[in-house]
Amino acid sequence: MLWNALLLSIREIRRNLLRSFLTTLGIVIGVAAVITMVTLGNGATRAVKDQIASLGSNLLIVRPGQRLGAGYGSVSAANFKVEDAAAIRAQIGGLKAVAPVVSKGVTVIAQANNWPTSITGTTADYFISNNWRLGQGRIFNESEERAGKAVCVIGNTLKRELFGAANPVGGEIRIKQFACEVIGLLASKGQSSMGSDQDDTVIMPLRTVQRRLTGNQDVRTLMVSVKDGVSTDKVQRQIKQLMRERRRIGDNEDDNFNVMDTKQIAETLSATTQVMTTLLGAVAAVSLLVGGIGIMNIMLVSVTERTREIGIRLAIGALEREVLSQFLIEAVVLSSLGGLIGVILATLASIGLSGLMNIPYLFNPSVNLLSFAFSAAIGVIFGYFPARRAASLDPIEALRHE
Amino acid sequence: MTGSAGAIPLIRLQGISKTYGQGQAEFQALRGVDLTVNSGEFVAIMGPSGSGKSTVMNILGCLDVPSGGAYLFLGEHVEQLTRPQRALLRRHYLGFVFQGFNLLARTSAQENVELPLLYRGESGTARHAAARAALAQVGLEGRESHTPAELSGGQQQRVAIARAIVTRPSVLLADEPTGNLDSTTSHEIMDLITQLNRELGITVLMVTHEPDMATYAHRVVHFKDGLVESDSRNGEAA
Repeated sequence: MLWNALLLSIREIRRNLLRSFLTTLGIVIGVAAVITMVTLGNGATRAVKDQIASLGSNLLIVRPGQRLGAGYGSVSAANFKVEDAAAIRAQIGGLKAVAPVVSKGVTVIAQANNWPTSITGTTADYFISNNWRLGQGRIFNESEERAGKAVCVIGNTLKRELFGAANPVGGEIRIKQFACEVIGLLASKGQSSMGSDQDDTVIMPLRTVQRRLTGNQDVRTLMVSVKDGVSTDKVQRQIKQLMRERRRIGDNEDDNFNVMDTKQIAETLSATTQVMTTLLGAVAAVSLLVGGIGIMNIMLVSVTERTREIGIRLAIGALEREVLSQFLIEAVVLSSLGGLIGVILATLASIGLSGLMNIPYLFNPSVNLLSFAFSAAIGVIFGYFPARRAASLDPIEALRHE
Repeated sequence: MTGSAGAIPLIRLQGISKTYGQGQAEFQALRGVDLTVNSGEFVAIMGPSGSGKSTVMNILGCLDVPSGGAYLFLGEHVEQLTRPQRALLRRHYLGFVFQGFNLLARTSAQENVELPLLYRGESGTARHAAARAALAQVGLEGRESHTPAELSGGQQQRVAIARAIVTRPSVLLADEPTGNLDSTTSHEIMDLITQLNRELGITVLMVTHEPDMATYAHRVVHFKDGLVESDSRNGEAA
C-alpha cells in the first residue's frame, strides 16, 4: 500500500511539474542555504586555524606596549634589546627558539625591477619559531649574524617580482645604498589569516638591519617558541615576570609590554567564526521553515483544487488513511526532493564559493544529512494538516464540488 | 443474515429514512423506503427532482448512511458499518458511473481505469492487462493513452464505465449516465450498459429522468416525495 501511495504521489508530482517545482523551491533554497553557510563557516574556521598554525606552533609573541589596540606601540614603552632575548633563552626552560625581530619597510631593487616589501632582521631561531622552511639555498650562519653581513633569505613573492623564473640564490638585491647577497629562498606559506601575503618578505641577520637600516640597537618583537608538551601559560607567566624585572616595573605598575599566545588567538578567532557560522545557519534555517509553510500552502490549495478527484478516489473505495497517506507522501516526496536538490546545489555552491574565498571545502556529512532529514520532516509536519483535510472530505460533497 | 444463502437478496432496503438539517431547516428526503433488488437485475430509478432518488442512490452506493431503517447488502447491515468498512464494501462490490464522468484530468484512459485496481493492491502487470481488457470491452481499444480532454463525451463515459467494471463489481450504480450526452450517444451508452448487465451479470441501478433511457431497464421504480410511488416491470426483459 505504501508503495502504491508512493507511485500515486510521484504520478501526481509529474502531472503538475511546474507547480511541484515552485513548491519545492522554498525547501531547495532553505536546505542549500543552511548547508552552504555551515560548510563555508567551517571552512573559514579551518582556514583561520591553519593560517595561525602556519605562523608557528606554540608561539608567544612579546611586544612593547600594553596590548593590541590603542596603547600598542606608544612612545612610553621602550623597545627590547638583544640582551632581552638572550635572558629569556638563558633563564626560562622548555623553549625551542627565541628570535629577536626588527622590521622595516623598504623598496628592494634587483636588476631593473623594484618591489616594496618589509625586511625582517632576526636570528636563525626565527626560521624555527615561525615555521619557515627553505625552498633553496641556506639560511645565514652564526658568524654572518655576528658580523652583520649583507646576506638575506627571500620569500617566494619577492623572488617572483624581482627574479621572475630565474634562480635567485647567489643573486644580489639592493636596498637603499647597500647590496645584499641572496643565500636562500623560503618555501611558500601563502596568505596569512589577516589576508597579508606571508611570502612577501626578506629575512636578514638582526645586526645587518640594525646597523644599515634602523640605525639603533632596538628590538621590536621577541618570538618565543615553546617546546611541545610544555605549558605555554607557564612560559608566558615566566616571561612576564622576567621582563618586569628587566624593565624595572614596580609592583603597583602595569606591564609596558605584552605577551600574545598564538594558540589563544587561534582559539578566539575560530570561536568567533564558529559563532558566525551558527548565526548564519540559524538564519538559513528560518528560510527552511518558510519553505515548509510554502509546502503547506500549496498542499492546501492542491486539496481544494483536487476535491473532486478526492471524491472520485473515495467513491471508488479508497480508505481515509490511503488518501491521507497519498497526500502526506506527496508532501514528503516533494519536500525531500527539494532537500535532495538543495544538497546538490549546496555542494556545488560550497565548492565554488570556498574556491573564490580561498578557504578549504570541508564536506560535512552531519549537516547534509540533518538538513535533508529536516526537509523530509517538514513534509510530514506541514503536509499532515492538508492531508488530514483531504482524507476527511465527504465523498458526496467532494463529487459535487466544481 | 436471514434465510438460506440462496434466498438472500443482493440489496434490501427496509424502512429507510433520511433527514437533512436540524430544527426548522429539517428536511426529510426519504420517509421509509422499502426496496429489494435481486442479483442480475437492471433497475431504473425515476422521479422528479427532490423526490429522493439521488439520496437513495447515495445510500445504495454506501456513500451516505440512512437516518433510520435497515440496508442489507448480501445480508450485511450496511447502516452499522464504519466509514472504512463502507469504503471497502465500495471497493470490492460496487462500481460507479456519474453524469459528469468524473475522470481524473490529465490522466490517460488506461491510468483512470487502473485506479480502482491500484487501491485493491494488484500488481502492475495485472492492472495493465485488466484495464486493457475493460477498455476493449467498452469499445475503446487503441485509445488507452488518450486523456479525457482528448476524448468525446461518449468516449469519456465509456472510460468511466470501464473503470466501474474493471473490478468485476456485483452492482453498477449509474447516476444519470446519459445526462450530459446527445441522444445518439445516449443510446450507445445504454446499449453498452445493457450488454454488460446481460453478459457479465452485473446488477445495474440507474437513476435517470429520461423515460427513453428507462425503457432499457427490466424494472422501473418511481420516487415521489421521499417514497416509492410505483415499482413496475418493463413489459419484457429485453
